[in-house]
Amino acid sequence: MNSIIILSALGLATMFAGIYANKKILLPMVLLGLLAVIVVNTIDWDTNKHYYNDMLSFDNYSIVFTNLILVVTFLIFLLSGNYFKDHREHLEDNYAIILFTVVGAVLMVSFSNLVMLFIGIETLSISLYILAGSKKNSLASNEASLKYFLMGSFATGFLLFGIVLLYGACGTFNLSGITSYVVTNNAGLPAIFYVGILLIMIGLAFKVSIVPFHFWTADVYDGSPTIITAFMATVVKIAGFAAFFRLFFTCFVSVSDHFIPVLSILAVCTMFLGNITAVYQKNFKRMLAYSSIAHAGYMLLAVIAMKNQSFMAILLYTAAYSFATITAFTVLIMMKSANGNDAIENFNGLSKKSPFVAFAITLSMLSLAGIPITAGFFAKYYIFSTVISEGHTWLVVIAILNSAIGVFYYFRIIIAVYFKQGEANFISPDFAYKAVLIITAIATLLLGILPGLVIDRM
Amino acid sequence: MPIVAILLLVPLLSSLLLFAVKSDKAKTIALGLSTINFILTLVLLFQYDKKGGTQFILDYNWIQSLGISFSVGIDGLSLMMVLLTTFLTPVIILSSFSNTYKNPNVFYGLILLMEMALIGVFVARDGFLFYVFWELALIPIYFIAALWGGENRIRITLKFFIYTLFGSLLMLVALIYLYNQSPAHSFSYDALKGVTMSRAAEGWIFWAFFIAFAIKIPIFPLHTWQPDTYTDAPTSGTMMLSGIMLKMGLFGLLRWLIPIVPNGVDDYGKYAVILAVVGVIYSSLIALAQSDMKRLIAYVSIAHVGLIAAGLMSQKEQGIAGGILQMLTHGINAVGLFYVVDIIERRTKNRNINQLGGIANVNSLFAIFFMIILLGSIALPLTNGFPGEFLILTGLYKYNVWICAFGGLTIILGAYYMLKTYQKVMLGNTNALTENFEPLTGVEKTTLVIICAMVFLIGIYPNLFLDYINPVVSQFISH
Repeated sequence: MNSIIILSALGLATMFAGIYANKKILLPMVLLGLLAVIVVNTIDWDTNKHYYNDMLSFDNYSIVFTNLILVVTFLIFLLSGNYFKDHREHLEDNYAIILFTVVGAVLMVSFSNLVMLFIGIETLSISLYILAGSKKNSLASNEASLKYFLMGSFATGFLLFGIVLLYGACGTFNLSGITSYVVTNNAGLPAIFYVGILLIMIGLAFKVSIVPFHFWTADVYDGSPTIITAFMATVVKIAGFAAFFRLFFTCFVSVSDHFIPVLSILAVCTMFLGNITAVYQKNFKRMLAYSSIAHAGYMLLAVIAMKNQSFMAILLYTAAYSFATITAFTVLIMMKSANGNDAIENFNGLSKKSPFVAFAITLSMLSLAGIPITAGFFAKYYIFSTVISEGHTWLVVIAILNSAIGVFYYFRIIIAVYFKQGEANFISPDFAYKAVLIITAIATLLLGILPGLVIDRM
Repeated sequence: MPIVAILLLVPLLSSLLLFAVKSDKAKTIALGLSTINFILTLVLLFQYDKKGGTQFILDYNWIQSLGISFSVGIDGLSLMMVLLTTFLTPVIILSSFSNTYKNPNVFYGLILLMEMALIGVFVARDGFLFYVFWELALIPIYFIAALWGGENRIRITLKFFIYTLFGSLLMLVALIYLYNQSPAHSFSYDALKGVTMSRAAEGWIFWAFFIAFAIKIPIFPLHTWQPDTYTDAPTSGTMMLSGIMLKMGLFGLLRWLIPIVPNGVDDYGKYAVILAVVGVIYSSLIALAQSDMKRLIAYVSIAHVGLIAAGLMSQKEQGIAGGILQMLTHGINAVGLFYVVDIIERRTKNRNINQLGGIANVNSLFAIFFMIILLGSIALPLTNGFPGEFLILTGLYKYNVWICAFGGLTIILGAYYMLKTYQKVMLGNTNALTENFEPLTGVEKTTLVIICAMVFLIGIYPNLFLDYINPVVSQFISH
């Protein structure tokens, strides 16, 4: 709870500091603030506190997910110092809005009332609509923003309608209230209850870009400023899946037979569509967009398992995915500022220019492809293991087929970096970029080799 | 510190050292460090109790709450495989001395990293650990083949990678399934071996494992990645692949497939034997039509390992013992044959058997070395191919006379195409390509002497190795 208050205050302070103070102090202030929030958040470990008549509850999973979101945001801010160098006039606005997005994300991982879920999603989404369009003079950025807003508000409508129907059936917004309603009336649940679940599912599926609610993803990712894309691709996925599973696992486990088939079909479509479309991309940013769809499919498998371990599976997977994705976007930013576009050919010959950057991007691609000893492998293993233990072995067989397809396009980057001839132009990484690349590389290897550090503690 | 851990650490640390230090002496360093590992293996060999059983066990918790541990140990089978790996790695490094590779430190670093992963595969006694090493072995060879390979290397290596990765992932699914069925939720070898499941489930697990291993071995019809990859990879990479890496698949059949799903082997083992023997004949016939020496040996390799796989899956004592012995032999002979091709190619810039000829007239020493390795490969008595192949065919005879007859064809066909190759390349008149065939250098002589010594050692006194192999054979028989 304290983390939400401090984050909001930090956001407000950033906005005003931009007017009154030197803009150079903004970034250090935000970074220190985020570190403080991580500390404050971690203090609540094992306390399991509830706030405001059980509107919010901070269990250990909320805390871990919040910390993951904060760490990812910290890395994004590290990158932003350089990225926003050329357009400083709205720096404080951008920073503040990013922080408000994080507030929304934290609400999404700690809600215990559907109203808080809705508020969290809206805080996150509205901030993101603005951020997507934050490159005011770019047509693509404006298009991304408008597209995201139109499609997003439509999805929000579904979500809200679903919540209302659930309220109509259960008479409460509270998760524990809904759970007890489902348990006591298990035999005769009204139709509006199931319709409510379905509509909420659609709303959430839109946010985490699950097929067939993914159509916005590629264009919005492509059009938004790259740093915002990196933020969107990571934080929204973490918060979205944490919220998705929190809601469904708390309330609807006992009726899971009704929606597991639907989710299974969605997961299969998401994996195939994401992976196959990614193979045909020539633009690295769009490839990452489709890869993010594909990964949403794998994460959905963890939701489908509906087990206690699914929390850990989602945590590990989103963490592995986020660290690898941030590396990829960091290198992309460096490439784009030198070449002006996101083509994969720009990577040709990178290993000769900078072995370090080449190694970092290779590690990130191996992790996304799920090759040992990276975090991506272990996370994938954990999801597969969780899903198989629930008896959905056929889903895992489809997932491994997709992993093999995934290798095809992730290795295209490795091939370009090491085996193709070319003059890879990129601005050589300054300290902040190097720091981000090192942190993500270490995190990727550490989670891959010693995942026990996380698992044995939960 | 336990010796098995040192065996893994030496190549790992050496490879990291080589990645970090850019030195012209990279190959000498790599040779020295890999020789140390071979000496360590000899120490292990002498300390090993020949009576059998798993020895030198090392067991650390890795991820406690998931029942995953870093568990390694050595039995007769592991010992032979580790011996093969640590013996061949320095030989392969030595054989590469005449070639100059750009970025030699990375090249040799990758070879040593691969050695580490291969040793890991052979000593792992935990399903998860086995899988991690199994996949890890793939990364260095991918980079070796794609960085230093021939013209079409990018396309070919990617095909190879995705092919084998898909098989491995099937195995991962099987391992996870077994893990979930095991009462204690553990990946340890004994826990996985003790899992009881329905006969139908055993059938599924059998195929998942078998496809993964069959791709690596490779067994017909899953071999299509192999000739291209062997032909296109740099010779040292090809040697690592054919000499050691494909033994991973054969090893997997013995260590993981047969003991874990014995009923699956009883139900479906016959299909495996039939596929293996079909592959033997198929690849022998294709080998007859090859004119590229490297490609020819690639197909010969498929024929030989097919026969080994048939011997192992025949589930007869002689078949298995012969198969394990033949795994050693094949490793040595394959490295020898690829080295011969490398020597010829380096001197003549050509490896087309129809365009070469008369090398024996110019360089009779080389002709003798080639002849010895070739005889080993076609299993002449007193050479290393003979005892293994004889035992395998004995096993196959007990299994089914027809299988034995078709499998035995490989000896005749093999003798035919190998001798024909020898005749075309070495005998006859010299031509413009071969008349200036330079004498062998000291390094080349040393390498060939080592290989030929092994050809005779195993051929004349196979009991040296069979003494280690025989006590463990019974645990790889399903019934």
